[in-house]
Order: sequence, then C-alpha cells, then structure tokens
Amino acid sequence: MPNQPDLQLWLILFFPLLGALINGTIGRRLSKGVIGTIAIGSVALSFLWVARALSELGQLDSPHIERYFNWITSGDLKIGFDLSIDRLSSIMLLVVTGVGTLIHVYAVGYMDHEEGFWRFFSYLNLFMFFMLILVLAQNFLLLFVGWEGVGLCSYLLIGFYFLEKFAGDAAKKAFIVNRIGDFGFSLAMLLIVVHFGSLDMTEVFEAARKMPIEASGGVLTTVALLLVVGACGKSAQVPLYVWLPDAMAGPTPVSALIHAATMVTAGVYVVARSSEVFLKAPIAMEVVAVIGLITAVVAALIGTAQNDIKKVFAYSTVSQLGYMFVALGVGAFSAGIFHVVTHAFFKALLFLGAGSVIHALHGEQDLSKMGGLKSKIPITYGTLMIGAVAIAGVWPFAGFHSKDAILLAAHAHAPWMYWVGVFTAGLTAFYVFRAIFLCFFGEYRGKAHPHESPAIMYMPLVILALLSVAGGYLPVMDWLAPLYPAHEEAHDLTLIMISVAFAFGGIFMAYFVYVLNPGSADGYAKSLGGIYRAIAGKFYVDEAYDVAIVHPIEHGSRSVLMNGVEEVVVEGGVNATVAVSRSVGGALRFLQAGNIRSYALYVLLGAVIFLGVMAAGGGIR
Amino acid sequence: MPQLNAVPLSWYLMLSAILFTLGVAGFLFRRNIITVFMSIELMLNAVNLSFVAFSHHLRQVDGQIFTFFVMVVAAAEAAVGLAIILTVFKNRRTLSIDEVSSLKN
Amino acid sequence: MDLILFAFFATIAVACGISLVVQKHPIGSALSLIGVMGSLAVIYLLLGAEFIAAVQLIVYAGAIMVLFVFVIMLLNAGEETATGRSWPTRLLGIPLLAVFLGLLAYLLQRMSPSMGTVTFGAFNTGAREIGRSLFSKYLLPFEVTSVLVLIAILGAIVLARKEID
Repeated sequence: MPNQPDLQLWLILFFPLLGALINGTIGRRLSKGVIGTIAIGSVALSFLWVARALSELGQLDSPHIERYFNWITSGDLKIGFDLSIDRLSSIMLLVVTGVGTLIHVYAVGYMDHEEGFWRFFSYLNLFMFFMLILVLAQNFLLLFVGWEGVGLCSYLLIGFYFLEKFAGDAAKKAFIVNRIGDFGFSLAMLLIVVHFGSLDMTEVFEAARKMPIEASGGVLTTVALLLVVGACGKSAQVPLYVWLPDAMAGPTPVSALIHAATMVTAGVYVVARSSEVFLKAPIAMEVVAVIGLITAVVAALIGTAQNDIKKVFAYSTVSQLGYMFVALGVGAFSAGIFHVVTHAFFKALLFLGAGSVIHALHGEQDLSKMGGLKSKIPITYGTLMIGAVAIAGVWPFAGFHSKDAILLAAHAHAPWMYWVGVFTAGLTAFYVFRAIFLCFFGEYRGKAHPHESPAIMYMPLVILALLSVAGGYLPVMDWLAPLYPAHEEAHDLTLIMISVAFAFGGIFMAYFVYVLNPGSADGYAKSLGGIYRAIAGKFYVDEAYDVAIVHPIEHGSRSVLMNGVEEVVVEGGVNATVAVSRSVGGALRFLQAGNIRSYALYVLLGAVIFLGVMAAGGGIR
Repeated sequence: MPQLNAVPLSWYLMLSAILFTLGVAGFLFRRNIITVFMSIELMLNAVNLSFVAFSHHLRQVDGQIFTFFVMVVAAAEAAVGLAIILTVFKNRRTLSIDEVSSLKN
Repeated sequence: MDLILFAFFATIAVACGISLVVQKHPIGSALSLIGVMGSLAVIYLLLGAEFIAAVQLIVYAGAIMVLFVFVIMLLNAGEETATGRSWPTRLLGIPLLAVFLGLLAYLLQRMSPSMGTVTFGAFNTGAREIGRSLFSKYLLPFEVTSVLVLIAILGAIVLARKEID
C-alpha cells in the first residue's frame, strides 16, 4: 500500500485524550464552564479533523493506512501502532464523533447539579479516546486496546455515583460479563496469530480471502465464533446481555453515548470489519443470525413489562442490536452498519429525551409516576415522539429504511427469520409507544413540578430529531457497497407493507391499552398470568446466572481459596519465613557478646583460616 | 648451622612471628585496658621488625619508610587511645575490659 | 658475631614479651614493653637500619611508653583481678594461638631456602636515604601523616579535657 499523504490521524485520538488529561488532573480547580468547554471542544475538534481527513481522502477506494511506530516485535510477529481509515471506519468515525459531540453538549447541561463534574467529563473524554482507537485500529491488538479501554470507561461511568451500592454493583457486573466476551476475543486473536502469523487486518483478510469456504468447522469458523463471543459480550447479545439493563445506573448521557450509540456497536463493527473471515464460515454466520434473532425477540418481550423508562430503552437497545446481528448473519453487512447509524440517531435521541424527562421531574424514572407531560415539556415531547416513530420503523423516518433493509435481506436468506423479525418490529413499536403514552398522555400521576429543560439540553435533541427524520436518506449502503459482495435484494413491496403494517399495529395496540383504556393494562397482565410474570421477571435470567455461576464461584472462592490456599500456603509460608529468620537471628545474637576480647578471637580465627588456606595452597610463591 | 656473621632472614621473621603471637595473647587474655593497649603496641613492633627485615633483604629503603609511618601512626594512636581510656575511666570508674560491654546483644 | 648478638637480644625480646603478658601490674607490663623496644632497636641496627633504630628509641620507647607510664600513674591502676566471664576466649584462645604460630612457622620454613642471610653492613641506610625517599617518592604520605598527627592532637585534647558545663 503506497503511503498516502500524511493526515495526522493520531490527532483524532489525541484531542479527547488531551481533554481527559486536563480535566482529570486539574479539573477539580476549574470552573464548570471551562471544564465543559474543554470536554466539548476536544470531541468537536476530533469531529472536525475526521471531516477534514475524509474530505482530503475523497473516494477512499482503498484504505488509508498510517503506521506510526513498531509497538511489539516478538520473533516473526510484528505489531505496530497503525491507524487506518476505510469506508467502513469512516462512517463509524463520523457517528462516534458527531453524536458524541451532541451528547457532550447535552451532558454539560444535564450534569450541572452533580458532584464530580470534572471527573465525569474526564471519563467521558477518555471513553472517546478509546472508542476512536477501536475504530481506527489497523490491527487486532490495537483494536483490543480500544475494546478493553471502552470497557474500563464504561465501568467508571456506570459506577459514577459510586456512593450508591447498586451503581457499583452494576459497574462490576458490566465489567465482569464483558470480560467473558473479551476472553473469547483474546482466544480469537491467539488463533489468528498462530494460523496467519500476523494481527494486521489487511494481511489477515487477504489470506482469508484466498482460503476456501468452510462447510463445516475449521480455523476460520473457530476464529469467527470466538469473535462472536467477544461481540456478544460487548454488544449485549444473548447470553451476555444481562449487564446492559443494569448499566442504566449510570447518568443518562452515559447511557446515551456508551450504551446506545457507540460502545455497544463495537461488536457489530468488529464482525463487519472481519467480513472476509465470516463469509468463509457460513456456520458462524448462521449462529450470528440466530443469536441476533433470539436476542431481538427476548429483549423486546422483556421491554414491554418494564416500568423504568430507562430500562425500557435499554432492552430496546439490546433488541435493536439483535437486529444488527441478524443483518450481519444473513450477509447484509452494509444493512447492519446502516442500522448502526440510524440507531445511533434515534436511540441517542430517546435516551437524551428520557434524560430530559427525568431532569424535568427531578430524578423520577418510574413510568407509573409520570403522565400528561406533553403540555408541560413540549419540546421534549415533540423530539421523543419523533424518536419513537423512527424506531418503530414508520416511513419515511430513519428506522424504516434500515430496518426494512435488514428484514428484506433476512427474508432472502430464510423466510422464517423475516416473520420473527417483523413480529419483533411490532413489539418494538408497542413497547416504545407504551412508554411514550404512559409518560406524556393522560393525567399526571406524580408529585413534582415539571419544567422544560434548558436550551443546552434541548438543542441536541432537536438536531438528533432532524437526523432521525432524514437519516434514512443518507447513502450509507451505497457508500459501503463496494466493500461487500453484492446482495440481491428483491425490493418486494409486499414485504415492506407487511412490516409497516406490523409497526402501525403495535402503535395502535399501545394506544388502545394505554390511552383509550388507561388502567386496562393491569387486567391484561393478570389474564396472561404466568407468561406475564415470566416476562416481568426478565425470564429470571439474572437469577439463573446467580444460582448457576455466581454463588458457586463465591462459595468456592471462600472455602478453597480464602480458607485453604490463603491461610495455609501464603500466610503459612510468610510466617514460616519469619520464624526461620527470627530463630537464625536469635542464634547468631550470641556472637555479639559486646565483649571486645571475643571479637578479637574471631579476628584471630579468621586470620588462622586465611593462613591455613595459604599453607594448604602451597605457601607464597 | 649458620655462619657466625650471617643470620638467616627467616630467623628474624620467626622472631617477629613470636612477638606478634605474644601480643595477640596479651590482647586476648588480659583484662586491664592499658595492658591490652600495650599488647597492641607489641604487635605493631613485631610488624615493624618484619618490615625492616625485608627492607634489608630486598636492598630497598621502602620497608624502613613504612616502619617510619607505622611509628607515626602508633604515636597518634597512642595519644588518642589513652585519651579515650581516660574518658572511659572517668565515666565507668573501671579499667576492666569486660565491663565496657554496652553493645552486648 | 652477628649471630651471637642476634640470639642474645632476641631472647631478651621474647622474655620481655612473655613478661608483658604475664605481669599482674600494668607498670610491670610497661617496663617489659620498654625492654622489648630496646632489644628491637639493637636488632634494627643489626639489620642496618640506623635511623629507624634511633627513632625507635627516641619516639617509641622514649615518648610513647613514657606517655603510657604517665597514664598508669594517673589512673592509679592497681593489680589486675582474676579473669571473669569470657569463656570462648579461654577455651579457644590458646589452641588458636598455637595453630596460628604453627602455621606461621610452617610458612616461614617453606620460604626460608629462597631467602638469603643477613650480614651486618650489607645494607646500610641512614638518614640520608630515608630523607631522600621520604621527600620524593613518599611525599604525599608524609604530608598526610602530618595532618593525621594534627587530628590526633586535637582528638586527644578534646577527649581528655574537663567538661565545661
């Protein structure tokens, strides 16, 4: 690859890092205005630099790679600090920095009354740094650095209100569950090194391209499946999704940025990036599609019974990520990425809007204590409504285009997938509008005095709303088309109509249950009995994990490691060393009699020994 | 049997060794600090003899220079050492070496 | 002639040495030491070291030992009491010394064929040779020892004066 003009890609990473360092070290003494400016400014600068780089690169027919320095050299393996932009990462870069900037602006307003303002923005900028490393990385190891880094920042930010126990627990849960995924990713990397001898993506994908399609298991399938394990952890798919709903313990901008628009899409990004590997491993692709489908349905079902507005949107995120996985699994990579983009718009909008509602109600998050807010906080209402319509998949809003692309591709692959997807779309519309209706319609059931958010908070909402409306017309799929094999998509009008019909059906059902007959929901819930309880109890997945995994590990740790190994081996070893040391010292103490004459005796003894050695050695000369 | 006017060098060195051993014996077995100190002087003298003997043997004056310096140092040492003994006597009221053992254990 | 002189004065030296170790009263030890130094001075003369012999008598026996005697008189040291506690010394000291002397004797005996003999007059050095060497080759040690002596003087004064409190 000839070295193209040096665009200083590292600056994209550097601006947020600088912001994080400044805010992290001296932020405590800076005023809120300064902190906010530094935080927003650094991300905005990144965005501008990305824009500049892309404008200079033009068509990006081949990736632009910049190699900075040799990071690890071990035998034949060389891993450098290499950044690259190609068509896929350019889209992710724009989304991450663009939506990131908007959320930073919003957060300055939202976090205004919070302690640790400087700490929040330091972490947020640090997150941007790691996410950008992830996106820009040219080799798997550097990507993993970003991967782990965003996991760390996610932990720091979820546990931001560290004085609350549930926040700390949620942060730990997120980190630990992610770790399981990371383990899969590490194994994938090791396998790649062993088989391909390099971690550089260009080299690996070149080699993969030349290999035959694996009908049954093989190296590529194993690598792909291990990557999927990692992606399941990061992108909250079954069975590693349990951390995402709990992650709502963090401040709302965090939920919007990390757990909706950027970090959780990292798994999707990695799979899309490694399309060469996946295309040669059809088994893995099937697995991906099935996992995505199951996740989409299960999460949508759970979302219908949640009472916390943020949890509804959290499960919605899990469900939408499932859609993206379905797209990847059936081979419609560009459709999956398209959905990443549109999802970033409307999910960030939904979360930020929810944050605006929570802010208006001074911290209330329970849907049962909301209601009738559409007249009191109109701007929030308007933008949230747009977001809801977008996610429901109604034409011409953004969600319609991307979701339909996925559904059509699914139908082309296997019709049953299409039907499950369409049913889930209906559920999506239902639970989103349930939340909207419970929140904004009817009578106000709470006790606070709602007021509209300040401009710094609703401006990003407006911008995101515009993007949610028009985003469907961004030529993302055309831009990505050269990267992936052509996909014959029958532009079947019937299928599209059916999906829109399901969407409207969901909206109408929600309207019927929650607006026309308020209070009837409880009646329906009771009649569904056991099924409803299972759904409301999140299918008891958390409890199952607790019994099967968490408790045994805790018990085992306590009995075997703490009482056994720690007491006997470690403590015992240390104490034994101390005892030996003390006894030897005690014995040697008698030499120090304080008696000068015995010292002289020892000197004489030494001299005698010396002479003896000399005599034994044959004297002088 | 050596000639009447040629004494083997090793006899001088043997004398030095005996005197040195006597000095060590005095150092180990006497309790009075001053006597111990004098044993040290005896040891130094023995070594001086050794130096001078070798100086004669090697036909160089350097051994005698060394003896010279040893004497200077012995003088300085005697002065300071006796001052210390005086101070110890003032504080401890004893001249027994065994009772000056605060550094015990 | 040398042999007789050497044997005579060597015997005196050893006898005085034994006397030093054995005497009960410190003043007896001091006088024995003077005896040793005197005999050694004669032996130095036998070895041709005139200057050193003179210095030995003047400085060592004449000044240092006088200092010793003064201190013994000042402290009014009496006869020594029986030895006490140091058991390792009693037990190990004598054998070790015997071994020490034995080893030295052995080594000397090994070396003795390669060493020559000492004849009076074979090598005479007087003040001239010593002075020449002292002020050319050994100038630095010479100057340093003068500093050493200064320090010793200061030390002795500081240590032995009465406390000004």
